[in-house]
Amino acid sequence: MDHSIYRSHVLICTGTGCVSSGAKNIKVKLEDELARFSLNKEIKIIETGCHGFCEKGPIMIVYPEGVFYCQLEEEDVVTIVEEHLLKGRIVDGLLYKEPLTEESIPAYQDIDFYKKQERIVLENCGKVNPESIGEYIGLGGYEAAGKALTTMTPLEVIETVKQSGLRGRGGGGFLTGLKWQFTHTAKGDKKYVICNADEGDPGAFMDRSILEGDPHRVIEGMIIAAYAIGADEGYVYVRAEYPLAISRLEKAIEDAEELELLGQDLFGSGFNFKLNIKKGAGAFVCGEETALMASIEGKRGMPRPRPPYPSVKGLWGKPTNINNVETYANVPFVIKEGAAAFAAIGTADSKGTKVFALTGKINNTGLVEVPMGITLREIIFDIGGGLTDGKEFKAVQIGGPSGGCITEENLDLPIDYDSLKSIGAMMGSGGMVVMDEKTCMVDVARFFLNFTQNESCGKCTPCREGTKRMLEILNRICEGEAREGDLELLEALAHHIKDTALCGLGQTAPNPVLSTLEYFREEYEAHINEQKCPAGVCNALASSYQIDQAVCVGCGMCVKVCPVDAISGKPKESYDIDAELCISCGACADKCPVDAISQG
Amino acid sequence: MKSLEELKELREKLQKDIAMRDDSEKPKIIIGMGTCGIAAGARNILQAVLEEIDKRNLDIVVTQTGCIGMCEKEPLLDVQLPGKKRVTYGNLEVNDVKRIIVEYVINGKIVEDLAIAHFEE
Repeated sequence: MDHSIYRSHVLICTGTGCVSSGAKNIKVKLEDELARFSLNKEIKIIETGCHGFCEKGPIMIVYPEGVFYCQLEEEDVVTIVEEHLLKGRIVDGLLYKEPLTEESIPAYQDIDFYKKQERIVLENCGKVNPESIGEYIGLGGYEAAGKALTTMTPLEVIETVKQSGLRGRGGGGFLTGLKWQFTHTAKGDKKYVICNADEGDPGAFMDRSILEGDPHRVIEGMIIAAYAIGADEGYVYVRAEYPLAISRLEKAIEDAEELELLGQDLFGSGFNFKLNIKKGAGAFVCGEETALMASIEGKRGMPRPRPPYPSVKGLWGKPTNINNVETYANVPFVIKEGAAAFAAIGTADSKGTKVFALTGKINNTGLVEVPMGITLREIIFDIGGGLTDGKEFKAVQIGGPSGGCITEENLDLPIDYDSLKSIGAMMGSGGMVVMDEKTCMVDVARFFLNFTQNESCGKCTPCREGTKRMLEILNRICEGEAREGDLELLEALAHHIKDTALCGLGQTAPNPVLSTLEYFREEYEAHINEQKCPAGVCNALASSYQIDQAVCVGCGMCVKVCPVDAISGKPKESYDIDAELCISCGACADKCPVDAISQG
Repeated sequence: MKSLEELKELREKLQKDIAMRDDSEKPKIIIGMGTCGIAAGARNILQAVLEEIDKRNLDIVVTQTGCIGMCEKEPLLDVQLPGKKRVTYGNLEVNDVKRIIVEYVINGKIVEDLAIAHFEE
């Protein structure tokens, strides 16, 4: 670990989001520019994990001032170096602007997106170089593991985690300390800990970002868990589609082994721990714990009935503790700051924070960590900056293919595990997809069911056959070919599958259908009875667009965007749409400057 | 890692490399790095400041600023201690840096012969 003195640290986010918006080129450019002004010995460049504000990538933060630059282009780097780094003048034009006030905000902790967040799990994400164990240790990393191993008994660790109220962040919300206790008490000469990083929900990227941004925190959490339950070996099961997360985790494990933070006799306590990575091939069902273990064993990833639970009979028949990435990442805080400090955050039965991946029709797409008990309104409108293009909020889908929709009426509900369940949604892993008025809820249900249907492993009949039949009905509804009684059949099937499927995938697969049926039944009925898709999404049901001749100014914008050349007319007079040719894509209506185009 | 103490010792060594990224209020040293400052030797002053801070394990923000018009008195260096007036030192030589840091930054006594102004922020 080299030690040199720098007057400034420039942090560049190289999470997957920013890399795809060009962060790597920004870094190369910055290196060139610093060299040009011979500043490379004074200013250090650090690649970090995700800052969460993926919408505004590529992102750069300049310390010591903590100035936040966003949406950078290569030529902006020249300006930043010449103005800010050389002359100390903040480049106003590249700062973040609050969408409502148009005000430039230099310091990133003052931006609305960050202000309402409370960061435990993501504390270091975007602040440290994830490939430097030195930076993690410099911020007090691995001290929680040291404390647990040298000053606490395994039972004391379990008791602390129990008292903190930490619940599993993978979706179920089972009390983590209790789970550890079961595995601790189970008889066995060999035990395992597993980290479930098989994140597969559409729109979810919490686990990936944690592994990419702060891998040592997860390793530290796993060391503590292994010590508590008496395991000497662990696996991180991470999908092969996460190459950056895997390479950073590999580097982290290597560095930890070198400093003997993994291996034999850790902290002189006599405790040994070896950590392996198992790359999954990307089957959604492998996020189910018994399927995941089968996959590690080299078998086909299929679930088996429980009990016996993994805590009794897990990997290779040995007692095994499985937790999600985010759960482990909370553990160092709990041990270091104590159960009470953790329990002070959150609601009565859901303690701490939750990381959500915000996606969909929202201004600030990204990763946020908020205290339990915050309302959806705060997440979507204060942190998320509201809906894109000023559209009307319709619903938010939480919990991915296993979750449900939440509508306007519940926006002010303080969210935690239990409140979400009470309104037919679930915490799930934390994917949050925001939908606007132009979203067809039947189509959304069809999308998720299509996903789970594809990912069904086929072992049990309710899931294999049942979801297939449900999907056929949804396809019929969207195509305008619904039959009498389809809605009732759909509902009955949903309940049967929920009650009889073998594993979590099947049992929760009908949730998106049930929840949209509950809140948007009239949309289903409009599809079936009136042959109409109110949101104008389902092509087979969408009626063609028409131009109001009285309003049309003859600008011709619509002609240019029509993909099927259905619009004709004279410039500066008026235009007309041929209903026969129109495919109801809506491109013309979006483009029209005077709102003369609407669906008939 | 043989013990928790060993880890803590390692942390002591490593934490100053990352202390810059802490967002709390810290003493600030601002160096005039306009063309005039650089021509008068501000870069050497900056280097001396960084070395002195590292040697003494101080948690101080070092930043730079452009020309403030007193080109005659460059190199200029301002010290902003939390809750105090900003003090400007001028006509500096590399050897003066040590005095400013020891006498003013650490002990709070203004180095009168080097100070040229102090003003409210």
